[in-house]
Amino acid sequence: MLNKIWFTMICIGIIIAAINGRMEEVSVAILESAEDSVMIVVKLIGPMALWLGVMKVAEKAQLTKVLANLFKPLAKILFPEVPKDHPALASIMMNLSANFLGLGNSATPLGIKAMQELQQLNSGKRSASNAMCTFLVINTSSVTLLPTTILALRIGAGSAQPTEIIGTTIFATFCSTVVGLIANRILIKISGLREI
Amino acid sequence: MINFINHFSQWAIPLIIFSILISAFIKKVKVYEVFTDGAVEGIAVGVKILPYLLAMLMAISIFRASGALDIILNLLSKPLSTFGIPKEVIPLALIRPLSGTGSLGVVTDLINQYGPDSFIGRLASTMQGSTETTFYVAAVYFGAIGIKNSRHAILAGLVADLAGFLAAVFICRLVFG
Repeated sequence: MLNKIWFTMICIGIIIAAINGRMEEVSVAILESAEDSVMIVVKLIGPMALWLGVMKVAEKAQLTKVLANLFKPLAKILFPEVPKDHPALASIMMNLSANFLGLGNSATPLGIKAMQELQQLNSGKRSASNAMCTFLVINTSSVTLLPTTILALRIGAGSAQPTEIIGTTIFATFCSTVVGLIANRILIKISGLREI
Repeated sequence: MINFINHFSQWAIPLIIFSILISAFIKKVKVYEVFTDGAVEGIAVGVKILPYLLAMLMAISIFRASGALDIILNLLSKPLSTFGIPKEVIPLALIRPLSGTGSLGVVTDLINQYGPDSFIGRLASTMQGSTETTFYVAAVYFGAIGIKNSRHAILAGLVADLAGFLAAVFICRLVFG
């Protein structure tokens, strides 16, 4: 799917740029995106190393097992394929907690750690497993309870009540996560017939 | 409330690290050695993500710079506004799954232009807070482990984005009128 989306976006973009006469902008944008991606990765390496270090300590202290245990009831429903004491569950739980609290920069490394652990269970290493798709959907639908970035933005803009959007945000987040999970289940059923 | 939230975010990370280190130390884990052992992997992950992220950002930036995104916006804004969806937030809904910094820019514009406590300001805040940059998350998470076939994950993520957008409009109409 990504294959087709990627190819289509680039081709349509370049054709439309030709029609619009915006080739120069596109040319600049292409090179800028290459620079941006390095900047993002450089910024990510620090928190990544930090949280992978912390998680390793937590693992050695057997704390991740405790976390995985807490997560068990929910994990059984969301990730039926993952064995109940697998380390991936602890990382998933840490990632979700970081998301809940709106700690965006810390949530990503923990999510990547969870993906690495799910990869150990994956039979086709280049194709995402069902559990990976489920985990990705939960993350892309955002499970933020405290949208810290947007709160900061509202405070900066001089809002009289910056926090009044927390309730509506939680409602919308809940709807998108539930709908995403249902869509994911339906798509697993459909694609399960022809893939892995 | 806002003070509590601020305090909470300030305390969360130090407290998590503190409690993990304390309990590991009690269990005689060599905390420094283990920490640096784990941290080393961070560099490898970063390097692994780069090609996937580059591919994704490149496609998105071509699509935006060419004006293709604007064409889609123009096509959608009329039919959507007849459903009671304000046309001001439609660009945000379209850019949100594609670019985190892009959508943050749009929200900032909307909030500055209409005010944080206007209906548009509140709706835009809700939309930004309740969704994630689907394509970025997919590139980073799957890139880190070398997944090339994302199967149905992107589609399901986009369905979730759409649901979040509609839910945000619905709840903001209900709560903020």
